[in-house]
Amino acid sequence: MTRFEDELKNNNFVCSKCTKCQHFVWPPSEFCNKCLGDTVWEPVSKSAKLVEISSKDGKSFCIAEFEGNIRVFGTISDSLRPNPGHGLVLEYCSYDDTPKFVFSVE
Amino acid sequence: MKRVAIAAAGITKFNKTEKPLDSLMLSSIRPIFENAKDLEQNDVDVVLTSTNANRNYLANIISELSGIKPKISHSVESLCNSGTNSLVSAYAYVSSGLADVALVVGGDKSDNPGLVLNWDMARGEYVHPIFWSSMFTSAHMRKYGTSLEDLAYVSVKNHKNALDNPYAYFEKSFSLEDVMASKNLTENVRLLDCSMPCDGAAAIVVCSEDRAKKITDTPIWISGIGQKTISASFTKNNDLSSMESTKNAVADAYRMSNKTVDDIDVVELHDAFSICEIIELEDMGFCQKGQGAKFVRDLYDTSDKMINPRGGLIGAGHPLGATGIAQVVEIYQQLTGNAEKRQVSDAKTGLVHNMSAGSTSSTVLVLES
Repeated sequence: MTRFEDELKNNNFVCSKCTKCQHFVWPPSEFCNKCLGDTVWEPVSKSAKLVEISSKDGKSFCIAEFEGNIRVFGTISDSLRPNPGHGLVLEYCSYDDTPKFVFSVE
Repeated sequence: MKRVAIAAAGITKFNKTEKPLDSLMLSSIRPIFENAKDLEQNDVDVVLTSTNANRNYLANIISELSGIKPKISHSVESLCNSGTNSLVSAYAYVSSGLADVALVVGGDKSDNPGLVLNWDMARGEYVHPIFWSSMFTSAHMRKYGTSLEDLAYVSVKNHKNALDNPYAYFEKSFSLEDVMASKNLTENVRLLDCSMPCDGAAAIVVCSEDRAKKITDTPIWISGIGQKTISASFTKNNDLSSMESTKNAVADAYRMSNKTVDDIDVVELHDAFSICEIIELEDMGFCQKGQGAKFVRDLYDTSDKMINPRGGLIGAGHPLGATGIAQVVEIYQQLTGNAEKRQVSDAKTGLVHNMSAGSTSSTVLVLES
């Protein structure tokens, strides 16, 4: 179990951030994917932006973007159907074989 | 660099069988040695295998089982475009002069573990490929007004084309109503919009000009290659109404071959899902952005087999490691005039497009008679 997965299990979304160029490295890695510098774990903002949306069995799923470059698939808990660019808030995250992200519409 | 040819090909029926992977691969290799004019096992100095079966030492095992003692043998894996990645490696060995004759064989079983890229944690709990397909579809529908009916026509056309392909997984046609009524997997992806994982293998011989003339009277030349990987994570695709890796790869392949889209007579493209064919047609220049659906509809209305004559992945099935090689086999048959009922008349230049993991990686080949 990695620190990333452990933190997700505790409802904390953390990601690695480069100590040299301050870039959030997604997916998390020991090394920065821009400058190969060392990284440390940093909390990720709960604010996200909707990139794209669809639904399955009436439940909306989406790609959301955090911090300008961390894009993840997740579930939208509201019945609202926002357009790309709309603000989302990370309500809940977890880990059970795969990461799990649940958003509400801002 | 030396000229490089494809001089022989073999393929198995795509289906679901009890046959192990080795046996499938050997079944695709056997017709090559049965039909080639002058080719013995000891002429082969490279054996490359492509599969997602996590099999150790497979190229050496296949070499032993087929009576070949190659100089170079190894596997090439890149999920869905493993097959064309193998071919590109074979091209490099032959064009550099390091080898003269390469046997490239791809195969997979439907239960091989390569269907889902577990590494990609950006997919969250939405790990199955239908979810990335749904995102491409949402983006294209929003930007260009693409409809569910437009998507269905891709499936109807490709299943219809597959009826003339004796190696195809599907052996029946589906009407527009059948596709529209097939199970909704997401709001914009139905079951019949999807390619079907299945068992199958395909093989080709890649060789130098001198060797090609001994093996066949109708060599097909590999004149253009383009490959691009933008990432392994699906969410690194910035514009979801387009496929960046495909645009990069096709530009390189056209440049290397000194061809343009107007020179292409027949195409095998990677329709893992209906939306893929529409986007790829646009991104490879066969029509303007937003006109892919109309292009497909025109092909269907005129029974034009130019795009995916063997039925594509949707009609022919998708045994991952075999798919790229099977696409090459089809274009080889088309350009040698041996595609039977699927033959596109007067086909002289063909294009193969094979991609992986939500278009994070694409390979494009230009082949010429």
